[in-house]
Amino acid sequence: MDLNILWFILVAVLFIGFFFLEGFDFGVGMLLPFLGKNDNERRVIINSIGPVWDGNEVWLITAGGALFAAFPNWYATLFSGFYLALFVILVGLIVRGVAFEFRSSDRNPAWRNLWDWMIFVGSFLSALLWGVAVTNLLQGVPIDANMQYVGGFWNLLSPYTLVGGLTTLLVFTLHGALFLTLKIEGDMVERARRVATRVGLVTIPVVLVLALLTYVNTDLFTKAGAAVVFVGSAVFLVLAWLLLKSGRNGWAFIANGLTIVCFTAAMFWGLFPRVMVSNLNPDWSLTIYNASSSPYTLKVMTVVALTMVPIVLLYQAWTYWVFRHRVTDKHLHY
Amino acid sequence: MSELLLARWQFGVTSLYHFIFVPLTLGLSVLVAIMETMYVRTGNETYKKMTQFFGKLFLINFAMGVVTGIVQEFHFGMNWSEYSRFVGDIFGAPLAIEALLAFFLESTFLGIWVFGWDKLPKKVHALSIWMVAIGSNLSALWILIANSFMQEPVGYVLRNGRAEMTDFFALITNPHVFYQFPHTVLGGFCTGAFFVLGISAYHLLRKNQVDLFRRSFNIALVFGFISVLLVTTVGHTQGQYLVKTQPMKMAAAEAHWETADPAPFNVLAVVDEANQKNSFEISVPGVLSFMSYNSFSGEVKGLRDLQIEAEAQYGPGNYIPPVTSIFWSFRIMVAAGGWMVLITMLTLYLWKTGKLEGTPLVLKALLWSIPVPYLANFTGWYMAEVGRQPWMVYGLQKVENAVSPAVSAGEILTTLIGFTVIYGLLAVADFYLLVKFIKQGPDEPVTVGAQKPSPKEVSLWT
Repeated sequence: MDLNILWFILVAVLFIGFFFLEGFDFGVGMLLPFLGKNDNERRVIINSIGPVWDGNEVWLITAGGALFAAFPNWYATLFSGFYLALFVILVGLIVRGVAFEFRSSDRNPAWRNLWDWMIFVGSFLSALLWGVAVTNLLQGVPIDANMQYVGGFWNLLSPYTLVGGLTTLLVFTLHGALFLTLKIEGDMVERARRVATRVGLVTIPVVLVLALLTYVNTDLFTKAGAAVVFVGSAVFLVLAWLLLKSGRNGWAFIANGLTIVCFTAAMFWGLFPRVMVSNLNPDWSLTIYNASSSPYTLKVMTVVALTMVPIVLLYQAWTYWVFRHRVTDKHLHY
Repeated sequence: MSELLLARWQFGVTSLYHFIFVPLTLGLSVLVAIMETMYVRTGNETYKKMTQFFGKLFLINFAMGVVTGIVQEFHFGMNWSEYSRFVGDIFGAPLAIEALLAFFLESTFLGIWVFGWDKLPKKVHALSIWMVAIGSNLSALWILIANSFMQEPVGYVLRNGRAEMTDFFALITNPHVFYQFPHTVLGGFCTGAFFVLGISAYHLLRKNQVDLFRRSFNIALVFGFISVLLVTTVGHTQGQYLVKTQPMKMAAAEAHWETADPAPFNVLAVVDEANQKNSFEISVPGVLSFMSYNSFSGEVKGLRDLQIEAEAQYGPGNYIPPVTSIFWSFRIMVAAGGWMVLITMLTLYLWKTGKLEGTPLVLKALLWSIPVPYLANFTGWYMAEVGRQPWMVYGLQKVENAVSPAVSAGEILTTLIGFTVIYGLLAVADFYLLVKFIKQGPDEPVTVGAQKPSPKEVSLWT
């Protein structure tokens, strides 16, 4: 297997990790103002992701770094092309990131309320726009012969990509609700479960619409592997809902997590070996070859990644182990 | 305004803003780690209180550093896509390694540190803040390896219309890194030290928690004194190094127009950039040669000759960076460094002789010196980056060729205004919180620690 393929897989893995981990952070953030009826409950909810959200976000930073290092043209075209969308995502991540720290630093209810809504807005915008971005990669955007994006912000919004955004928004909300059923205590668990059941009920038809639109708008289903994985993500979603109904919250969380994994994997598989599709001319698409770094750089980065990634996974797993217990309202830090 | 100018403004605004928080993170992480180590070694609860007090301030600052750092990571692709294409083969690697090696380390262990007070053995807990400190300082190393390539490209070949990496080892052992990294990190250590010194002085002046703040003062004083001496030394050697590798930058920093041997040093000058001369100057003969070569003779090339050389090498164009602002930023940095040396020496003397707390003027001066290292960080980086103009990558790519063609001026203006407004509002919130916690002191329950909110306190706000 050549290193260009390996790095394409690694980038996909980083985005899968980011969507899986930060997915429940986004979900928890979006549910915060609705599930938390009072300040104490809100604190419990925030503390459920408190020790891990920052580490989860580094998956995105690393994905960005990996794009830059392994596929500089992908990095350059994507970020200069999806300019305003990315700006909105960055704003979302900024206000959300400081909000966790700031909200706990003052007891004024208005202050806390403000930052709670910042957490909501930041999570909402990010969860929505990542779906828009990923579906755009696959559907194709106007890219010219020089790898330059020649569209504007509104080119990124089409019925297909909006359904894509709605999908990540809903799936992440479900992911967050299921995560909360495992991490908090008392009657909030039941509330989180009820929310998850309702959100799941909306999510299933949306994902089916997305599958249909993907069939119409993209060539994903011409690849048997990608098609199977895509269908798998829908199957896991239905499974998650059924498991939730039968009271198996833990298994439901895992099943919905697999929905995210399969969905992201399917999108990347559908792209391969392209990394950004040009809808002006198929020959102008960016691929893992014309967008990549030199073989030497890929080799260096492979050695670095293969050494470092296992170590990172090890200590991140250890964090989850240290904080494996449910959050009670006795030891709140935020 | 043109895309280029707007993109430059945006990079300047967001980078300088990000760099308000970074140096304090570099220094304060180490200081908090030292405080907690003292707690583990002595078992003295005062050190725990100290760790939690300064730890809370650290966390507020750290959050701002993290979120503004995300922007930096994506900036190159957003506004500088042609730069990214041209050097991505080299520049992307240290950025990716920074994330893998440093960002994961600091953010993961910070989560453990904040939430692990009553979940982990003391030693493991103290180890986690050391991991944060190591992670932060490692991230400085890798980003400065990347920046050093822009200042002094090494280990590459021009091929396929871009710069391609040929020697990773040369990249990470770029001689420029050996000046840039210690200079930056030690600047961060000074920032942390003056922060702790100033806050401790504030409370000592008010006879507030005297035992605790005497101890924190001493830790910061020793740490700060060493850092200040080292940073001025490293700064001087970096200056001498730049005379050889980036003579244009140093000549601009000295407003040195005409080649001379021995070269005079301009203490003050009124720069006339249009006519390429100083309309007024106070200079000392031979001193610039001495500063450059440790000897009162030696030729130091002037800006005019360097411009002629650059045109011969790279073709027609203006290769002289904005002299006036670089000249003054260099002087402000040096003055700030001088002030830090003087005040730490004086404080050390008063402390040794037991007169410190009887000299409120010095304690007050220390409180008001908190911004001084910030000023040095700012002006130092201004000189380093603006002094590189017109180059994006020294000798390889000009800034005007680096900007994104896909992005319109209107889009850059939109995001420039957006970032400025949001950053401005966050600065107000950040400043409000820091001042509040600093004034409050360690007595009040600080949320970072093992303190539990009493049921009454919780119900009060529901």
